[in-house]
Amino acid sequence: MVANLTRLLTKYGMNFVNGLFTTLELALISVAIGCIIGAIVAIMRLSKSKILNGIAAVYTEVIRDTPLLLQLYFFYFLLPDILPALRLSKFTCIAVALIFNSGAYMSEVFRSGIQSVDRGQTEAARSLGLSSSQTMIRIVLPQALRNVLPAMCNEFVAITKETSLASTFYVGDLMTQYQTISGKTYMVIEPLIIIGVIYFVVTFTMSKLIAVLERKLKTDE
Amino acid sequence: MSNTFDYTAAPALIRVEDLHKSFGSLKVLSGITETIHKGEVVSLIGPSGSGKSTFLRCLNLLEVPTSGHIWFNGEDIADKSVNIDKHRQKMGMVFQHFNIFPHMSVIENITLAPVMLGKMSKDEAIAKAEALLERVGLSDKRDNKPSRLSGGQKQRLAIIRALAMEPEVMLFDEPTSALDPEMVGEVLEVIKDLARNKMTCVIVTHEMGFAREVCNRVLFMDGGTICEQGEPHKLFDHPEHPRTKDFLSKVL
Repeated sequence: MVANLTRLLTKYGMNFVNGLFTTLELALISVAIGCIIGAIVAIMRLSKSKILNGIAAVYTEVIRDTPLLLQLYFFYFLLPDILPALRLSKFTCIAVALIFNSGAYMSEVFRSGIQSVDRGQTEAARSLGLSSSQTMIRIVLPQALRNVLPAMCNEFVAITKETSLASTFYVGDLMTQYQTISGKTYMVIEPLIIIGVIYFVVTFTMSKLIAVLERKLKTDE
Repeated sequence: MSNTFDYTAAPALIRVEDLHKSFGSLKVLSGITETIHKGEVVSLIGPSGSGKSTFLRCLNLLEVPTSGHIWFNGEDIADKSVNIDKHRQKMGMVFQHFNIFPHMSVIENITLAPVMLGKMSKDEAIAKAEALLERVGLSDKRDNKPSRLSGGQKQRLAIIRALAMEPEVMLFDEPTSALDPEMVGEVLEVIKDLARNKMTCVIVTHEMGFAREVCNRVLFMDGGTICEQGEPHKLFDHPEHPRTKDFLSKVL
């Protein structure tokens, strides 16, 4: 077993490294753009407009109440179909699906963050003559962001693991590398152990860093 | 302190006509008609639940009146088509819980609105903010985060944050109620200074001594109406309405 592990690492080391980078790339893109979508959707959810509110509610509910794998399939087949001119890569289609998925979860995170900002902050800003959007951008969102930063990072950790589902479409993430290597070497357990350790080390480290961040945010107040 | 200011001769600044406000089925204000004159310092007193805070918060539309008119600078700001943000720039407000922006430094709290709303350039706003900080003795806190300030310091900051917009009237909603007793004086001193400089002020307060000393006029509210009003010495020493008498007997 140990001999096999060493052999895999020396022969396929770069595959694992590339896989890790693709996984992190997918997670980072999803969370970064998902954040922007999440913020917009959260504001829609909290707006007085019934239409905006409705659209946002349908979006978050549909995403949250269907499996991610289904969403991946959906975008994988749908996007090239409706936008053939763009010649979208597999990676792009999967990234878009993950972005939509993380946007929905992020909007709920943002919504609670916005609601956790004291109403008095809004009143003070409005009483100075700031409009409601100026108040949202300069007063409420910065404070909400601070409140939800740890939850956002946790979402990043979760999405890092969820990207493994993208291997269904061979997009080059860690899990895809497992399938490739396993297919070439007829080994199953050994490559699984290696990518398992990589996933664990990465997410465990991130979780610990988040805990540090959380403590720092608390003492800063 | 001049309690003899003839407010009725001064022009009206805010004119309230038949103001009603309900929260659901709860009637909080039932038909208030009142005029605040330029340069006047008016305090609103009364038992809790009498509607004084709601009345004050209606004046800058933080609470939207159920019906009635509020005339300010020639416009009925209770009218939904009016751009209320423009008028709020002219009405400073100070809250019980300060509501300082915690993510900004002291000076940023003051300069934010004037710069953002194009009232002055950044340099002008900073110069003005520094002068205001000096005036209330907070110059050394210029670049601090608000979390480092005491309650009294936060409230003084809240007052000058509102003053930076050069308002025509200042609304105070129980400005000293959330303060530790030893900090009440420093905040009242700042308000007194404003009154001395003829800033129009409307103050919801439980500080009867302060109301008596500083205000030109005291409005006693109960049950969503103004029950009785008059110059402080008259209202405090010779109240006429039985509910005023009852209230004053409990608080004085």
